[in-house]
Amino acid sequence: MTHNINKDYIGAKIGMWLFLFTEILLFGGLFVLYSVYLHRYPDEFHIAGSELNVYFGTANTLVLLTSSFSMALSITALQKGNKKLCMILLTITMVLACVFLVDKYFEWGAKIHHGIYPDSPTLLERPKGEIIFFGLYYVMTGLHGLHVLIGALIIFVVLILVAKNRVTSSDFVAVENTGLYWHLVDMIWIYLFPLFYLVV
Amino acid sequence: MNSSESKTLSFWEDDGRFSGIFSWIFTTDHKRIGLLYLYSVLSLFAVGVVIGLLMRLELIAPGSTIVGAQTYNAFFTVHGVIMIFLFVIPSIPASLGNLFLPIQLGAEDVAFPRINLLSWWLYIIGLVFILISLFTGQGAPDTGWTFYVPFSEYTTTNVNVAVMGVFILGFSSILTGLNFITTIHRMRIPSMKWTKIPLFAWALYATGWIQVLATPILGITVLLIFIERTLGIGLFDPAKGGDPVLYQHLFWIYSHPAVYIMVVPAMGVVTEIIPVFARKHIFGYKAIALSSLAIAFAGSLVWAHHMFTSGMSDTAVMIFSFLTFIVAIPSAVKIFNWVATLYKGSIVLEPPLLYALAFIFLFSIGGLTGLVLGSAGTDIHVHDTYFVVGHFHYTIFGGTVFGMFGGLHYWFPKIYGKMYNKRVATTAWGILFIGFNMLYFPMLIMGIMGMPRRYFDYLPEYQLWHVISTVGSWIVAVGLILMFYNLYRGIKDGEPVGKNPWNAATLEWTTLSPPPKLNFIEEPELTRGPYDYKGIENDAQYQ
Amino acid sequence: MHAEEKHIVEFKVLFKVLIALFVLTGVTVLAGSVDLGYFSVVVALSIATAKACLVVFFFMHLKYEGGLFKIMVLLAFVILSIFIGFTFFDVAFRTN
Repeated sequence: MTHNINKDYIGAKIGMWLFLFTEILLFGGLFVLYSVYLHRYPDEFHIAGSELNVYFGTANTLVLLTSSFSMALSITALQKGNKKLCMILLTITMVLACVFLVDKYFEWGAKIHHGIYPDSPTLLERPKGEIIFFGLYYVMTGLHGLHVLIGALIIFVVLILVAKNRVTSSDFVAVENTGLYWHLVDMIWIYLFPLFYLVV
Repeated sequence: MNSSESKTLSFWEDDGRFSGIFSWIFTTDHKRIGLLYLYSVLSLFAVGVVIGLLMRLELIAPGSTIVGAQTYNAFFTVHGVIMIFLFVIPSIPASLGNLFLPIQLGAEDVAFPRINLLSWWLYIIGLVFILISLFTGQGAPDTGWTFYVPFSEYTTTNVNVAVMGVFILGFSSILTGLNFITTIHRMRIPSMKWTKIPLFAWALYATGWIQVLATPILGITVLLIFIERTLGIGLFDPAKGGDPVLYQHLFWIYSHPAVYIMVVPAMGVVTEIIPVFARKHIFGYKAIALSSLAIAFAGSLVWAHHMFTSGMSDTAVMIFSFLTFIVAIPSAVKIFNWVATLYKGSIVLEPPLLYALAFIFLFSIGGLTGLVLGSAGTDIHVHDTYFVVGHFHYTIFGGTVFGMFGGLHYWFPKIYGKMYNKRVATTAWGILFIGFNMLYFPMLIMGIMGMPRRYFDYLPEYQLWHVISTVGSWIVAVGLILMFYNLYRGIKDGEPVGKNPWNAATLEWTTLSPPPKLNFIEEPELTRGPYDYKGIENDAQYQ
Repeated sequence: MHAEEKHIVEFKVLFKVLIALFVLTGVTVLAGSVDLGYFSVVVALSIATAKACLVVFFFMHLKYEGGLFKIMVLLAFVILSIFIGFTFFDVAFRTN
């Protein structure tokens, strides 16, 4: 016996938003820690923050914002029936995600090369507030980076589904929900950027 | 088989795409998933009970009786982890909620049936991680289920694996909550407005929100333990600038709302049972619905009442103590409304009602002792004593678990199409009730006298109470065995029942016992409110 | 069944939002080079919140969704604010 699953567009979106709330609260726990330690070590955060490269950070911000833009555009394109444009835009989004990750790789690489990594002897010689700053830096940008990677993979899967017409202009909630996830990843970075790079 | 036969085929028989065991472990039928969960959580409950009995055996005399200190530490840690994460948190929502929420709403299934199955699989995977942590390496964690730093950072026991299991179990809980919230918003039959949904559904709705918003904090907290242990980052390590009290904040930001995940569904069950067995409309439907939401919200404001002695600021102590008193109010509203429903009702003293009444009594004791704990001054005296242990067993075991037992006895005929032996059920209830109070009341006394928790050894002045408590634990064990054996016999050869053996009014009682796979033969019609019993014996839909 | 409005956000609107986001990014970088003490954090977070609102309302379509979605999103952020804010009852008033 097969039974038609009535696809519930609004229900699917409610479900996705609820999932996004869990991500907001997951990162939220880290923001609790950040806010407390910023309050406790304002000067050390200032000093340690100035060691982060503002250019890298700003570039990454612009990259992610643009990728959000291309993601949002891809939904509009599909809704308007332009499957090819949708696929191009999804691809651009993925490429930008990779650019972000490559940037991150270089940033982290530079820091690690200079001996600044969790529990490193160099770091442990620093004032406590700076140790905490870099601890939060690695955990928060690390967890965020993981979400960028996961997001890129999800976008790739959705790209395939669009290509195979499993997601169409009349049933596009998969792209929309992917977009929601991606925008959330962007939004978390919108907060991480000033808190780590601009605390000066 | 023709289509009319297939529509009435019980969900037990209607296998779907797979056959044999695969038709169960790969099912997307919410009723089968509910049963998978039911049997899983009850199995883990049994394991937790055994550990509890062993703990009580150790404590029957001072000094080392059957185990040493390290093993005892592992006992209370594993007892807590199993009981909380593998039993109570999923308990009612994942089993009774899965079984009956869609049916109560007139729906065919939950909003996301495949995610529902994923929830159960994550539960099983989390369980496997916990089991691995018990039997490998340096053995079971010994930190307490609260995994407090700094000890959880450097103990050599299997904390890493255990917290990975907890993380996965948290995700399982989140998905259940997400599914139920969406189901309640989207899957009701059109005539069922928000003011007509059963109060069990309202309870699951409030619980779902706590699951979605609070559990992620548990996720990040255990992730941070893992990161601290593997990378030594130092976010909670004073030597590296960290603050261990912040760990406690993060931990309790989840774990306090978690107790409302535990108890609110049980309150929902009690709210279903009482009107049916008082043959009277629930008193104050809207107040009860709103009180579930109020408990969920207020319960998110009070977490640091677990931290009065942690070294946090006096300001925080006073504010959180004050807020804690507020959360008692909506719970009290429910108790008042239940009693008001019973008042001048036409009482039918069946096993479900016995458990609901026991809930009211036991949860009240638990709640009142909670006020002693929430009051900062008195808390200084009883913090980390057996008073706390007594408090939370009265609320969680006397509250949630008795509520679940009531729900099992209430919905048993609908799930299995048979009735259990009511006299044996009543006897088991009596044994359980007596044993329960013998087991836990002495803890309240001992706690005030100063007996610390998580100690396997103690001064002779406490022994009398420990002995009474341990004997109580044996009586509880007898009661539990009798209760479950009776239900098992009911499954095997209970008397068959019709659609509505209790003459209840919610929609699950309009369909067959057991229900067919799609729950209803025809889409149900809402002809009465959920607690409207007038003329129900003559209402064809319910007979 | 509810009427399902599938709102389409036009390319032009999205582009304007992107420009606004870029401008705000520039503003926050500039503001970051000025030392306003404690107030710097307030400014930075305010700008970030403005950017977040643009993303939520336009890229994530919240502006075009029903009241239910808006309430839910608000609830999630209110709860997070409570978790952070109430922690400060402790952290901001320690005397040791």
